[in-house]
Amino acid sequence: MDVQRKLEILADAAKYDASCASSGTEKRDSSDGKGMGSTAPGMGICHSYAPDGRCISLLKVLLTNACNYDCLYCINRASSNVPRARFTIDEVVKLTLDFYRRNYIEGLFLSSGIIRSPDYTMEQVVSVARKLREEHHFRGYIHLKTIPEADDTLITEAGKYADRLSINIEMPEAASLQQFAPEKDVRAIRRAMGRLRLKLDEAEEDSSAKTKARPQRFAPAGQSTQMIVGADSANDHTILHTSANLYGSYRMRRVYYSAFSPIPDASRALPLVQPPLLREHRLYQADWLMRFYGFDVAEIVDDSAMLPLDIDPKLAWALRHRDRFPLDVNRASREELLRVPGFGTKAVERIIATRRTTTIRLSDLARLHVPRHKALPFIILSDHRPAPHRLDAAGLIERFKPKATQLGFGF
Amino acid sequence: MQYITLDGETDFDGWRKAARSLVLHHVPPADVTWAVQGGDPELFAPPAPSPILEVNEGTFNVSGKFVDLAKSAILHRDRERFAILYRLLFRLKDHHDLIEVATDPDVALVTAMARAVHRDEHKMHAFVRFREIGRERAAHYVAWFEPEHHIVELAAPFFARRFADMPWSILTPDLCAHWDGHALSFTPGVSKSEAPSEDRLEETWRSYYASIFNPARLKVKAMQTEMPKKYWRNLPEASIIKPLIEDAERMTGAMIANAPTDPHKPQKRPEAPMTRKTAANDLEALRAEAAHCRACPLYKDATQTVFGEGPENATIMLVGEQPGDKEDLAGHPFVGPAGQMLDRALAEAGVDRKKVYVTNAVKHFKFVPRGKIRLHQKPATPEIKACRQWYEREVSAIQPELIVAMGATAAQSVFGKITPIGKTRGRLLDLPDGRKALVTVHPSYLLRLPDPEAKVMEYQRFVEDLKIAAALQKKASRAA
Repeated sequence: MDVQRKLEILADAAKYDASCASSGTEKRDSSDGKGMGSTAPGMGICHSYAPDGRCISLLKVLLTNACNYDCLYCINRASSNVPRARFTIDEVVKLTLDFYRRNYIEGLFLSSGIIRSPDYTMEQVVSVARKLREEHHFRGYIHLKTIPEADDTLITEAGKYADRLSINIEMPEAASLQQFAPEKDVRAIRRAMGRLRLKLDEAEEDSSAKTKARPQRFAPAGQSTQMIVGADSANDHTILHTSANLYGSYRMRRVYYSAFSPIPDASRALPLVQPPLLREHRLYQADWLMRFYGFDVAEIVDDSAMLPLDIDPKLAWALRHRDRFPLDVNRASREELLRVPGFGTKAVERIIATRRTTTIRLSDLARLHVPRHKALPFIILSDHRPAPHRLDAAGLIERFKPKATQLGFGF
Repeated sequence: MQYITLDGETDFDGWRKAARSLVLHHVPPADVTWAVQGGDPELFAPPAPSPILEVNEGTFNVSGKFVDLAKSAILHRDRERFAILYRLLFRLKDHHDLIEVATDPDVALVTAMARAVHRDEHKMHAFVRFREIGRERAAHYVAWFEPEHHIVELAAPFFARRFADMPWSILTPDLCAHWDGHALSFTPGVSKSEAPSEDRLEETWRSYYASIFNPARLKVKAMQTEMPKKYWRNLPEASIIKPLIEDAERMTGAMIANAPTDPHKPQKRPEAPMTRKTAANDLEALRAEAAHCRACPLYKDATQTVFGEGPENATIMLVGEQPGDKEDLAGHPFVGPAGQMLDRALAEAGVDRKKVYVTNAVKHFKFVPRGKIRLHQKPATPEIKACRQWYEREVSAIQPELIVAMGATAAQSVFGKITPIGKTRGRLLDLPDGRKALVTVHPSYLLRLPDPEAKVMEYQRFVEDLKIAAALQKKASRAA
């Protein structure tokens, strides 16, 4: 089998993992003339976008899609009839360097089906990273998928070479993981995440202590995880509760939500429908509210425990808390401003800087990059005050819902 | 009227020099016309530029924020940019804070220009595609790119830092950047025909692009927001976007319509690799069993059961409250700050730490997540009761002579009822099964005391309490 055919199989096998970021790591470059590659601490670069709207920043492949496990939601499960392939370590190394040299990618995201044993598999994955770093002095981004039960020394080594490590939690509830992935153990997964966090904390302490000893490098871009949404019956409240726990317990940089999409040759136990992309989108918005806007899980979802699909979760929250509005943009605190529909974190910063010098008026909203339509019912400006009955009107929500359209043929 | 001619499209220094002297001469923005050497001549342009005004005495300061914005905005392709920047500068001279007013039309305009320039720079970093000329050691990498703004000099150093070990050139209609492995150089712009038209790896890249795309998640608009069509003509992968989209619906439909096939050879797999090995002794068996405990809901959010640790024949058993953040992650009791405090006090009291069995009344960490930290919560009586079975079974496996209860939660577990520490602290008590019990504070209580003097005193009292345990340990070891 030639490398291109392997690439087709092993990229196809990796495309259900939503993680894509190449950001948040240490600053490195190759200006010393030895080797190749660079990273910036602030942001990663998305080198391309696929027609599914997702960015391509890394060469995302599996080392092999052969797997001992039989997780129902996974295309690579042992009982699946997909064609199998396995890269050699050198093939992945060469492909990464060749793609990188042409500026197609920011680096490598390597995962693998579990073959022989967790230790054997992890050792193979680590070998690729070691070769890239030590033999080719590759300074680009490396993300490795960690096998939860792999030996601690292998995990330490992975952290030495990788920018980010990840372990997928897979399902929002322990019971569904048990049902869909009988060989996986949510306790082992959480223990592994806990071990990673201890190592991350240790490396951080080392580097901030400024001791003479060189700090033990460990995955400077931290850890991340992924949850599949829509394969089991977990509601949004459960999903977000699990995320809040993962962020708080293991300092996850990101929890990725992956709308379960039909896979070729799927198990009968799974819902073979279009992936719930809108729900996935709302979960990302809700996740954002928790991380950057100070929202608590219980605030984000109402009693139905599901996020509305027709409006975004912040707007839904505001409509449930109309008593807190309208808010005077020229006086409200940062925390309050962050709760106004349509106000992003950057807009809030701009508002606070601007109002020190001048009063904010209706005509300023566009320059602050605030969508008028969304924000107006909730705010007071020096020349705008929403009619009181408007905010209380039962029909206010209709203003924000997408317009109904005639069904048509997709020409 | 002043006619200023700059050396080039990106001549920030020239603009700054001219603008400074114009401001100092109070030349209003309406009286300045800006042009670029060799650029398209303005309609009604004067035959020759005005000489730069002599700078007389005086100076003025503008915030660094303006300078940063201006350096970026001047790379914008808008022909009016020099005038707009001068207009803003002219106003800033008297209104220093104006730069913070995001709603001011000039500030908003310049900010938007700077943002457009940086976005274009970012897209250049992302969408340049090198093509290899020659092979291996003598290879040279050449790219063709069409930037929207004058960003080649801005964007080039990034490629120099990244691809330091290979010679490359980025050709554009405005300006070409070259790296020979040592230094950057720039030459005038060229036409697309000068650039190589293919690379041997592009077919492989396209097949990666096609394979990583999930046809069941078609979101063409989302793709185009980030990768506008204007960039497509120079992206090798863009040629297959249309066929991929056209085929997506058919492929998804087929996936959904196809009945699942019979599973691939129902093979017998090795034992589930994630499960633990069977136990070597009673305590190990107990530990393994407790790992799956679901007697109360605390297991759900905790990482793992933190079971007791120590020799199976320990004379003394220390009982704490519940694992904390660190213990929960590590899976061992007393490894966090309270554990270090305990170790110190034990050593000072003369207790041999290696011969003591240490455990907690409640074996899962109870907390509420607050952003990135976990706030410790006191276990409730039902949780203490639910967990007591493990404590009892630990006691019967170890058969300690003395049980030291540290803190109220521990005392409640050891005595089977709420037991105030104040009244019982510091003396040996009899337990119904004939063992001795000793009640003292929890080491984390000492950590929380705000008053340093009280801290020292309470720590001493804690050590005194532990000395009772030390005496018993010595007696027991002599007897053995």
